[in-house]
Amino acid sequence: MAQQTPLYTSHIAAGARMVDFAGWDMPVNYGSQIEEHHAVRRDAGMFDVSHMLALDLEGADAKAFLRGLIANDVAKLTEPGKALYSCMLNEQGGVIDDLIVYFLSDTSYRIVVNAGTADKDVAWMQQRLAATGTQATLAVRRDLAMIAVQGPNARAKTWAALPGTEAASAGLKVFQAAEFGDIFIARTGYTGEDGFELTLPVGKAVTTWDALVAAGVKPCGLGARDTLRLEAGMALYGNDMDDTVSPLDAGLAWTVDFKDESRDFVGKAALVTKGTGKQTLGLILEDKGVLRSHQKVITARGEGETTSGTFSPTLEKSIALARLPLGVAAGDAVEVEIRGKHLKARVVKAPFARNGKALA
Amino acid sequence: MNTPANLRYSASHEWVRVEADGTLTVGVTDHAQEALGDVVFLELPEAGRVVAKEEAIAVIESVKAASDIYAPVAGEILETNQAAVDAPESVNADAYAAWLFKIKPANAADVDGLLDAAGYEAAIG
Repeated sequence: MAQQTPLYTSHIAAGARMVDFAGWDMPVNYGSQIEEHHAVRRDAGMFDVSHMLALDLEGADAKAFLRGLIANDVAKLTEPGKALYSCMLNEQGGVIDDLIVYFLSDTSYRIVVNAGTADKDVAWMQQRLAATGTQATLAVRRDLAMIAVQGPNARAKTWAALPGTEAASAGLKVFQAAEFGDIFIARTGYTGEDGFELTLPVGKAVTTWDALVAAGVKPCGLGARDTLRLEAGMALYGNDMDDTVSPLDAGLAWTVDFKDESRDFVGKAALVTKGTGKQTLGLILEDKGVLRSHQKVITARGEGETTSGTFSPTLEKSIALARLPLGVAAGDAVEVEIRGKHLKARVVKAPFARNGKALA
Repeated sequence: MNTPANLRYSASHEWVRVEADGTLTVGVTDHAQEALGDVVFLELPEAGRVVAKEEAIAVIESVKAASDIYAPVAGEILETNQAAVDAPESVNADAYAAWLFKIKPANAADVDGLLDAAGYEAAIG
Protein backbone atom coordinates (compact mmCIF):
# COMPACT_ATOMS: atom_id res chain seq x y z
CA MET A 1 0.00 0.00 0.00
CA ALA A 2 1.52 3.28 -1.12
CA GLN A 3 1.90 6.10 1.40
CA GLN A 4 -0.27 9.19 1.13
CA THR A 5 0.69 12.80 1.80
CA PRO A 6 -1.56 15.09 3.89
CA LEU A 7 -2.84 16.53 0.58
CA TYR A 8 -3.96 13.19 -0.91
CA THR A 9 -7.67 13.98 -0.53
CA SER A 10 -7.20 17.41 -2.13
CA HIS A 11 -5.51 15.79 -5.15
CA ILE A 12 -8.33 13.27 -5.61
CA ALA A 13 -10.96 16.02 -5.26
CA ALA A 14 -9.12 18.05 -7.93
CA GLY A 15 -9.29 15.10 -10.36
CA ALA A 16 -5.59 14.24 -10.26
CA ARG A 17 -4.27 11.19 -12.06
CA MET A 18 -2.32 9.42 -9.31
CA VAL A 19 0.80 7.27 -9.74
CA ASP A 20 3.15 5.43 -7.47
CA PHE A 21 6.35 7.43 -6.99
CA ALA A 22 9.00 6.01 -4.65
CA GLY A 23 6.29 4.27 -2.63
CA TRP A 24 4.04 7.34 -2.46
CA ASP A 25 0.68 7.82 -4.16
CA MET A 26 1.34 11.13 -5.95
CA PRO A 27 -0.42 13.29 -8.58
CA VAL A 28 1.27 13.02 -12.00
CA ASN A 29 -1.10 15.63 -13.48
CA TYR A 30 -4.52 17.20 -12.91
CA GLY A 31 -5.37 17.24 -16.65
CA SER A 32 -2.80 18.60 -19.09
CA GLN A 33 0.82 18.28 -18.00
CA ILE A 34 1.84 20.81 -20.65
CA GLU A 35 -0.61 23.42 -19.32
CA GLU A 36 0.76 22.86 -15.82
CA HIS A 37 4.29 23.28 -17.14
CA HIS A 38 3.39 26.59 -18.85
CA ALA A 39 1.61 27.83 -15.69
CA VAL A 40 4.92 27.57 -13.83
CA ARG A 41 6.99 29.20 -16.59
CA ARG A 42 4.46 32.00 -17.14
CA ASP A 43 2.53 32.54 -13.88
CA ALA A 44 2.42 30.36 -10.75
CA GLY A 45 1.99 26.67 -10.07
CA MET A 46 2.43 24.48 -7.01
CA PHE A 47 3.55 20.98 -6.23
CA ASP A 48 2.87 18.78 -3.24
CA VAL A 49 6.37 17.61 -2.33
CA SER A 50 5.47 16.26 1.09
CA HIS A 51 6.91 12.89 0.09
CA MET A 52 10.35 14.49 0.44
CA LEU A 53 11.81 14.31 3.94
CA ALA A 54 12.98 17.13 6.21
CA LEU A 55 15.62 16.29 8.81
CA ASP A 56 16.83 18.53 11.62
CA LEU A 57 20.41 18.14 12.78
CA GLU A 58 21.20 19.81 16.08
CA GLY A 59 24.18 19.75 18.40
CA ALA A 60 27.60 21.18 19.15
CA ASP A 61 29.29 19.14 16.38
CA ALA A 62 26.62 19.64 13.70
CA LYS A 63 28.79 21.79 11.45
CA ALA A 64 31.89 19.59 11.65
CA PHE A 65 29.74 16.51 11.00
CA LEU A 66 28.19 17.97 7.84
CA ARG A 67 31.59 19.12 6.58
CA GLY A 68 32.62 15.46 6.63
CA LEU A 69 29.31 14.04 5.43
CA ILE A 70 28.64 15.92 2.19
CA ALA A 71 30.72 16.98 -0.82
CA ASN A 72 29.83 20.67 -0.74
CA ASP A 73 31.15 22.67 2.21
CA VAL A 74 28.65 24.01 4.77
CA ALA A 75 31.41 26.28 6.14
CA LYS A 76 30.51 28.72 3.35
CA LEU A 77 27.07 29.16 4.95
CA THR A 78 27.19 32.06 7.39
CA GLU A 79 23.90 33.93 6.91
CA PRO A 80 20.92 32.46 8.79
CA GLY A 81 18.59 30.57 6.46
CA LYS A 82 21.16 30.29 3.67
CA ALA A 83 20.85 27.06 1.66
CA LEU A 84 23.38 24.83 -0.05
CA TYR A 85 22.83 22.10 -2.65
CA SER A 86 25.11 19.10 -2.28
CA CYS A 87 25.64 15.45 -3.01
CA MET A 88 26.15 12.99 -0.18
CA LEU A 89 28.68 10.43 -1.37
CA ASN A 90 29.66 6.89 -0.46
CA GLU A 91 33.32 5.89 0.01
CA GLN A 92 33.53 5.01 -3.71
CA GLY A 93 32.52 8.55 -4.66
CA GLY A 94 29.04 7.48 -5.86
CA VAL A 95 26.02 9.59 -4.99
CA ILE A 96 23.90 8.29 -2.08
CA ASP A 97 21.56 11.24 -2.55
CA ASP A 98 21.46 14.90 -3.52
CA LEU A 99 20.03 17.21 -0.89
CA ILE A 100 19.58 20.77 0.28
CA VAL A 101 20.94 21.87 3.65
CA TYR A 102 19.79 25.07 5.34
CA PHE A 103 22.05 26.83 7.84
CA LEU A 104 20.14 27.99 10.90
CA SER A 105 23.19 28.30 13.20
CA ASP A 106 26.51 26.50 13.65
CA THR A 107 24.65 24.02 15.83
CA SER A 108 21.41 23.73 13.85
CA TYR A 109 20.76 22.70 10.24
CA ARG A 110 17.73 21.55 8.27
CA ILE A 111 18.32 18.99 5.54
CA VAL A 112 15.81 18.02 2.82
CA VAL A 113 16.32 14.69 1.05
CA ASN A 114 14.57 12.75 -1.72
CA ALA A 115 11.63 10.46 -0.96
CA GLY A 116 13.02 7.37 -2.65
CA THR A 117 16.30 7.54 -0.74
CA ALA A 118 14.99 8.85 2.60
CA ASP A 119 15.33 5.58 4.54
CA LYS A 120 18.83 4.82 3.29
CA ASP A 121 19.89 8.45 3.88
CA VAL A 122 18.73 8.42 7.49
CA ALA A 123 20.37 5.04 8.13
CA TRP A 124 23.66 6.29 6.63
CA MET A 125 23.59 9.54 8.61
CA GLN A 126 22.80 7.71 11.87
CA GLN A 127 25.63 5.29 11.19
CA ARG A 128 28.04 8.17 10.52
CA LEU A 129 26.90 10.02 13.65
CA ALA A 130 27.67 6.92 15.75
CA ALA A 131 30.93 6.06 13.97
CA THR A 132 32.31 9.58 14.35
CA GLY A 133 31.18 10.07 17.96
CA THR A 134 29.39 13.24 16.91
CA GLN A 135 27.61 15.37 19.50
CA ALA A 136 24.47 15.98 17.48
CA THR A 137 21.03 14.46 17.04
CA LEU A 138 19.09 13.90 13.85
CA ALA A 139 15.31 14.39 14.01
CA VAL A 140 13.11 12.89 11.26
CA ARG A 141 10.33 15.41 10.53
CA ARG A 142 7.48 13.37 9.05
CA ASP A 143 5.25 15.80 10.99
CA LEU A 144 5.92 18.35 8.25
CA ALA A 145 4.36 18.82 4.81
CA MET A 146 6.03 20.61 1.89
CA ILE A 147 4.50 22.70 -0.89
CA ALA A 148 6.63 24.18 -3.68
CA VAL A 149 5.08 27.35 -5.18
CA GLN A 150 6.94 28.19 -8.39
CA GLY A 151 6.76 30.70 -11.22
CA PRO A 152 7.28 34.41 -11.92
CA ASN A 153 4.17 35.29 -9.87
CA ALA A 154 4.69 32.61 -7.21
CA ARG A 155 6.00 34.88 -4.49
CA ALA A 156 3.32 37.55 -4.95
CA LYS A 157 0.55 34.94 -4.96
CA THR A 158 1.99 33.27 -1.86
CA TRP A 159 1.99 36.62 -0.09
CA ALA A 160 -1.62 37.23 -1.15
CA ALA A 161 -2.67 33.76 0.05
CA LEU A 162 -0.86 33.72 3.37
CA PRO A 163 -1.14 37.01 5.28
CA GLY A 164 2.03 38.03 7.08
CA THR A 165 4.39 36.03 4.88
CA GLU A 166 5.41 39.02 2.76
CA ALA A 167 7.09 40.86 5.62
CA ALA A 168 8.86 37.65 6.63
CA SER A 169 10.09 36.65 3.17
CA ALA A 170 10.28 39.68 0.85
CA GLY A 171 13.92 40.25 1.76
CA LEU A 172 15.03 36.68 1.09
CA LYS A 173 17.76 36.17 -1.47
CA VAL A 174 17.64 33.21 -3.83
CA PHE A 175 18.58 30.05 -1.89
CA GLN A 176 17.72 31.55 1.49
CA ALA A 177 14.98 30.69 3.97
CA ALA A 178 13.20 32.35 6.90
CA GLU A 179 10.83 31.11 9.56
CA PHE A 180 7.37 32.65 9.83
CA GLY A 181 5.74 31.16 12.91
CA ASP A 182 5.65 27.44 12.15
CA ILE A 183 6.08 27.90 8.38
CA PHE A 184 9.59 27.59 6.96
CA ILE A 185 9.73 29.71 3.79
CA ALA A 186 12.64 28.98 1.42
CA ARG A 187 13.30 30.83 -1.84
CA THR A 188 14.30 27.60 -3.54
CA GLY A 189 12.83 25.21 -6.07
CA TYR A 190 13.33 22.61 -8.75
CA THR A 191 11.88 24.33 -11.82
CA GLY A 192 14.27 27.08 -12.90
CA GLU A 193 11.73 29.68 -11.82
CA ASP A 194 11.54 31.98 -8.81
CA GLY A 195 9.30 30.94 -5.94
CA PHE A 196 9.12 29.37 -2.53
CA GLU A 197 9.27 25.95 -0.98
CA LEU A 198 7.04 26.03 2.10
CA THR A 199 7.60 23.53 4.91
CA LEU A 200 4.77 23.52 7.41
CA PRO A 201 2.98 21.34 9.97
CA VAL A 202 0.94 18.52 8.41
CA GLY A 203 -2.20 19.99 10.01
CA LYS A 204 -1.82 23.21 8.00
CA ALA A 205 -1.23 21.57 4.62
CA VAL A 206 -4.82 21.52 3.34
CA THR A 207 -5.74 25.06 4.45
CA THR A 208 -2.50 26.41 2.95
CA TRP A 209 -3.04 24.54 -0.33
CA ASP A 210 -6.64 25.81 -0.54
CA ALA A 211 -5.54 29.39 0.15
CA LEU A 212 -2.95 29.14 -2.63
CA VAL A 213 -5.57 27.74 -5.05
CA ALA A 214 -7.85 30.68 -4.14
CA ALA A 215 -4.96 33.08 -4.89
CA GLY A 216 -4.68 31.64 -8.41
CA VAL A 217 -1.84 29.15 -7.99
CA LYS A 218 -2.37 26.15 -10.29
CA PRO A 219 -1.89 22.66 -8.82
CA CYS A 220 0.77 20.84 -10.85
CA GLY A 221 1.79 17.20 -10.83
CA LEU A 222 5.07 15.34 -10.88
CA GLY A 223 4.90 15.17 -14.70
CA ALA A 224 5.31 18.93 -15.06
CA ARG A 225 7.86 18.93 -12.25
CA ASP A 226 10.01 16.58 -14.34
CA THR A 227 9.80 18.57 -17.59
CA LEU A 228 10.48 21.82 -15.70
CA ARG A 229 13.54 20.50 -13.88
CA LEU A 230 14.92 18.94 -17.06
CA GLU A 231 14.53 22.22 -18.99
CA ALA A 232 16.31 23.89 -16.06
CA GLY A 233 19.15 21.37 -16.45
CA MET A 234 18.68 20.01 -12.93
CA ALA A 235 19.68 16.44 -12.14
CA LEU A 236 17.16 13.85 -10.94
CA TYR A 237 18.45 11.28 -8.49
CA GLY A 238 18.07 7.74 -9.83
CA ASN A 239 18.12 8.98 -13.46
CA ASP A 240 21.07 11.32 -13.84
CA MET A 241 23.13 9.94 -10.95
CA ASP A 242 23.02 7.19 -8.35
CA ASP A 243 25.28 5.22 -5.98
CA THR A 244 27.49 4.16 -8.89
CA VAL A 245 27.96 7.58 -10.53
CA SER A 246 30.47 10.25 -9.48
CA PRO A 247 29.17 13.82 -9.22
CA LEU A 248 32.14 14.81 -11.40
CA ASP A 249 30.76 12.68 -14.25
CA ALA A 250 27.15 13.75 -13.61
CA GLY A 251 27.66 17.45 -14.30
CA LEU A 252 27.70 18.23 -10.59
CA ALA A 253 31.38 19.15 -10.18
CA TRP A 254 30.24 22.67 -9.20
CA THR A 255 28.72 21.18 -6.04
CA VAL A 256 31.94 19.44 -4.94
CA ASP A 257 34.12 21.79 -2.88
CA PHE A 258 37.84 20.93 -2.77
CA LYS A 259 38.92 24.47 -1.73
CA ASP A 260 39.70 23.73 1.92
CA GLU A 261 42.43 21.12 1.49
CA SER A 262 42.32 20.26 5.18
CA ARG A 263 38.67 19.20 4.90
CA ASP A 264 38.01 15.50 4.38
CA PHE A 265 34.58 14.24 3.33
CA VAL A 266 33.23 10.81 2.51
CA GLY A 267 34.11 9.96 -1.09
CA LYS A 268 36.79 12.65 -1.47
CA ALA A 269 39.68 10.21 -1.83
CA ALA A 270 37.82 8.26 -4.50
CA LEU A 271 36.99 11.41 -6.48
CA VAL A 272 40.61 12.56 -6.35
CA THR A 273 41.86 9.14 -7.49
CA LYS A 274 39.33 8.62 -10.29
CA GLY A 275 39.09 12.20 -11.52
CA THR A 276 36.56 13.00 -14.21
CA GLY A 277 35.81 10.14 -16.62
CA LYS A 278 32.77 11.49 -18.48
CA GLN A 279 30.76 14.66 -18.76
CA THR A 280 27.08 15.46 -18.67
CA LEU A 281 25.72 17.82 -21.32
CA GLY A 282 22.38 18.66 -22.87
CA LEU A 283 20.99 17.33 -26.17
CA ILE A 284 18.34 18.83 -28.42
CA LEU A 285 16.80 16.41 -30.91
CA GLU A 286 16.75 17.87 -34.41
CA ASP A 287 14.80 15.04 -36.02
CA LYS A 288 11.24 14.24 -34.94
CA GLY A 289 10.79 11.99 -31.92
CA VAL A 290 11.19 12.03 -28.17
CA LEU A 291 14.40 11.41 -26.26
CA ARG A 292 14.10 9.18 -23.18
CA SER A 293 16.59 7.91 -20.63
CA HIS A 294 19.06 5.13 -21.52
CA GLN A 295 19.23 5.79 -25.26
CA LYS A 296 22.57 5.32 -26.97
CA VAL A 297 24.34 8.49 -28.15
CA ILE A 298 26.87 8.18 -30.96
CA THR A 299 29.54 10.88 -31.00
CA ALA A 300 32.84 11.41 -32.82
CA ARG A 301 34.57 10.58 -29.51
CA GLY A 302 32.71 7.34 -28.84
CA GLU A 303 29.37 6.32 -27.37
CA GLY A 304 27.42 7.94 -24.57
CA GLU A 305 23.98 7.55 -23.05
CA THR A 306 20.99 9.76 -22.27
CA THR A 307 20.21 9.87 -18.55
CA SER A 308 16.92 11.84 -18.73
CA GLY A 309 14.89 12.80 -21.76
CA THR A 310 11.53 14.33 -22.50
CA PHE A 311 9.55 16.65 -24.72
CA SER A 312 10.25 20.26 -23.73
CA PRO A 313 7.02 22.29 -23.73
CA THR A 314 9.01 25.56 -23.73
CA LEU A 315 11.26 24.65 -26.69
CA GLU A 316 8.60 22.46 -28.36
CA LYS A 317 11.43 20.03 -29.09
CA SER A 318 12.75 16.97 -27.37
CA ILE A 319 15.63 17.47 -24.94
CA ALA A 320 17.84 15.25 -22.81
CA LEU A 321 20.72 15.18 -20.40
CA ALA A 322 23.38 12.76 -21.58
CA ARG A 323 26.57 11.29 -20.18
CA LEU A 324 29.11 11.73 -22.97
CA PRO A 325 32.79 11.04 -23.60
CA LEU A 326 35.22 13.80 -22.67
CA GLY A 327 36.06 15.98 -25.66
CA VAL A 328 32.49 16.26 -26.93
CA ALA A 329 31.50 19.93 -26.80
CA ALA A 330 28.44 22.16 -27.11
CA GLY A 331 27.61 22.63 -30.78
CA ASP A 332 28.68 19.11 -31.79
CA ALA A 333 26.35 17.07 -33.97
CA VAL A 334 25.61 13.60 -32.57
CA GLU A 335 23.15 10.78 -33.23
CA VAL A 336 20.76 9.13 -30.82
CA GLU A 337 19.53 5.59 -31.38
CA ILE A 338 15.75 5.34 -30.94
CA ARG A 339 14.01 2.07 -31.84
CA GLY A 340 16.88 1.10 -34.12
CA LYS A 341 16.99 4.41 -36.00
CA HIS A 342 19.75 6.99 -35.73
CA LEU A 343 18.27 10.46 -35.19
CA LYS A 344 20.19 13.75 -35.35
CA ALA A 345 20.78 15.74 -32.18
CA ARG A 346 22.84 18.74 -31.18
CA VAL A 347 24.94 19.02 -28.03
CA VAL A 348 24.15 22.07 -25.89
CA LYS A 349 25.00 23.39 -22.48
CA ALA A 350 22.11 22.98 -20.02
CA PRO A 351 19.94 24.70 -18.84
CA PHE A 352 17.55 24.67 -21.78
CA ALA A 353 15.13 27.18 -20.21
CA ARG A 354 14.92 29.28 -17.09
CA ASN A 355 12.89 32.23 -15.84
CA GLY A 356 10.29 31.84 -18.55
CA LYS A 357 12.73 31.85 -21.45
CA ALA A 358 14.22 29.30 -23.80
CA LEU A 359 18.01 29.46 -23.57
CA ALA A 360 19.25 26.65 -25.81
CA MET B 1 -15.88 7.24 -20.12
CA ASN B 2 -16.27 7.96 -23.83
CA THR B 3 -16.68 4.66 -25.70
CA PRO B 4 -18.86 5.09 -28.81
CA ALA B 5 -21.18 2.15 -29.39
CA ASN B 6 -20.70 2.19 -33.19
CA LEU B 7 -17.00 1.25 -32.95
CA ARG B 8 -15.12 -1.96 -32.21
CA TYR B 9 -12.15 -2.15 -29.86
CA SER B 10 -9.01 -4.11 -29.06
CA ALA B 11 -7.85 -4.87 -25.54
CA SER B 12 -4.67 -2.92 -26.40
CA HIS B 13 -6.75 0.32 -26.64
CA GLU B 14 -7.24 0.77 -30.38
CA TRP B 15 -10.65 1.71 -31.75
CA VAL B 16 -11.76 0.34 -35.11
CA ARG B 17 -14.44 1.71 -37.42
CA VAL B 18 -15.72 -0.64 -40.12
CA GLU B 19 -16.28 1.39 -43.28
CA ALA B 20 -18.90 0.66 -45.95
CA ASP B 21 -16.23 -0.82 -48.26
CA GLY B 22 -14.99 -3.21 -45.55
CA THR B 23 -11.79 -1.30 -44.80
CA LEU B 24 -11.02 -0.40 -41.20
CA THR B 25 -10.14 3.01 -39.76
CA VAL B 26 -8.06 2.76 -36.57
CA GLY B 27 -7.12 5.13 -33.75
CA VAL B 28 -6.47 4.99 -30.02
CA THR B 29 -9.30 5.17 -27.50
CA ASP B 30 -10.24 8.10 -25.32
CA HIS B 31 -9.26 5.99 -22.32
CA ALA B 32 -5.80 5.49 -23.87
CA GLN B 33 -5.23 9.19 -24.63
CA GLU B 34 -6.24 10.08 -21.09
CA ALA B 35 -3.84 7.55 -19.61
CA LEU B 36 -1.01 8.70 -21.90
CA GLY B 37 -1.42 12.40 -21.21
CA ASP B 38 -0.31 15.10 -23.66
CA VAL B 39 0.57 13.38 -26.97
CA VAL B 40 3.60 14.97 -28.68
CA PHE B 41 4.73 12.50 -31.36
CA LEU B 42 3.30 9.83 -33.65
CA GLU B 43 5.23 7.38 -35.78
CA LEU B 44 2.88 5.64 -38.23
CA PRO B 45 3.46 2.72 -40.63
CA GLU B 46 4.11 3.15 -44.35
CA ALA B 47 1.17 2.66 -46.70
CA GLY B 48 1.41 -0.73 -48.39
CA ARG B 49 2.93 -2.49 -45.40
CA VAL B 50 1.46 -5.91 -44.69
CA VAL B 51 0.96 -6.42 -40.98
CA ALA B 52 0.08 -9.30 -38.67
CA LYS B 53 -2.65 -9.20 -36.03
CA GLU B 54 -1.32 -7.67 -32.78
CA GLU B 55 1.94 -6.62 -34.45
CA ALA B 56 3.39 -3.39 -33.03
CA ILE B 57 3.18 -1.11 -36.08
CA ALA B 58 3.06 2.44 -34.73
CA VAL B 59 4.34 4.44 -31.78
CA ILE B 60 2.57 7.13 -29.81
CA GLU B 61 4.66 9.27 -27.49
CA SER B 62 3.27 11.52 -24.80
CA VAL B 63 5.33 13.84 -22.64
CA LYS B 64 5.39 10.96 -20.15
CA ALA B 65 6.21 7.86 -22.19
CA ALA B 66 6.30 5.98 -25.49
CA SER B 67 3.66 3.32 -26.21
CA ASP B 68 3.18 0.88 -29.07
CA ILE B 69 0.06 0.79 -31.20
CA TYR B 70 -0.91 -2.66 -32.49
CA ALA B 71 -2.60 -3.86 -35.64
CA PRO B 72 -6.10 -4.93 -34.54
CA VAL B 73 -6.28 -7.46 -37.41
CA ALA B 74 -3.95 -8.84 -40.08
CA GLY B 75 -4.01 -6.89 -43.34
CA GLU B 76 -2.47 -4.18 -45.45
CA ILE B 77 -1.98 -0.53 -44.44
CA LEU B 78 -3.81 1.65 -46.97
CA GLU B 79 -3.25 5.15 -45.66
CA THR B 80 -2.06 7.08 -42.60
CA ASN B 81 -3.31 10.37 -41.17
CA GLN B 82 -0.65 13.01 -41.81
CA ALA B 83 -2.82 15.65 -40.09
CA ALA B 84 -2.52 13.71 -36.83
CA VAL B 85 1.26 13.37 -37.29
CA ASP B 86 1.48 17.14 -37.81
CA ALA B 87 -0.73 17.88 -34.79
CA PRO B 88 -0.30 15.03 -32.29
CA GLU B 89 -2.33 16.96 -29.68
CA SER B 90 -5.41 16.29 -31.85
CA VAL B 91 -5.43 12.79 -30.29
CA ASN B 92 -6.05 14.38 -26.88
CA ALA B 93 -8.62 16.80 -28.27
CA ASP B 94 -10.77 14.04 -29.83
CA ALA B 95 -9.36 10.53 -29.93
CA TYR B 96 -12.15 9.30 -32.21
CA ALA B 97 -11.73 12.09 -34.78
CA ALA B 98 -7.93 11.73 -34.89
CA TRP B 99 -7.72 8.45 -36.79
CA LEU B 100 -4.19 7.09 -37.29
CA PHE B 101 -4.30 4.57 -40.13
CA LYS B 102 -6.63 2.66 -42.45
CA ILE B 103 -6.17 -1.05 -42.95
CA LYS B 104 -7.63 -3.54 -45.42
CA PRO B 105 -8.24 -6.72 -43.39
CA ALA B 106 -6.86 -9.96 -44.81
CA ASN B 107 -10.05 -11.63 -43.71
CA ALA B 108 -13.24 -9.61 -43.21
CA ALA B 109 -14.46 -12.01 -40.52
CA ASP B 110 -11.49 -11.09 -38.28
CA VAL B 111 -13.41 -7.97 -37.24
CA ASP B 112 -15.82 -10.23 -35.37
CA GLY B 113 -13.01 -11.13 -32.98
CA LEU B 114 -12.76 -7.53 -31.73
CA LEU B 115 -14.54 -6.22 -28.62
CA ASP B 116 -17.70 -4.16 -28.71
CA ALA B 117 -18.04 -1.02 -26.55
CA ALA B 118 -19.42 -2.92 -23.55
CA GLY B 119 -16.68 -5.54 -23.86
CA TYR B 120 -13.96 -2.87 -23.99
CA GLU B 121 -15.36 -1.02 -21.00
CA ALA B 122 -15.44 -4.28 -19.06
CA ALA B 123 -11.84 -5.01 -20.11
CA ILE B 124 -10.51 -1.72 -18.79
CA GLY B 125 -12.60 -1.94 -15.63
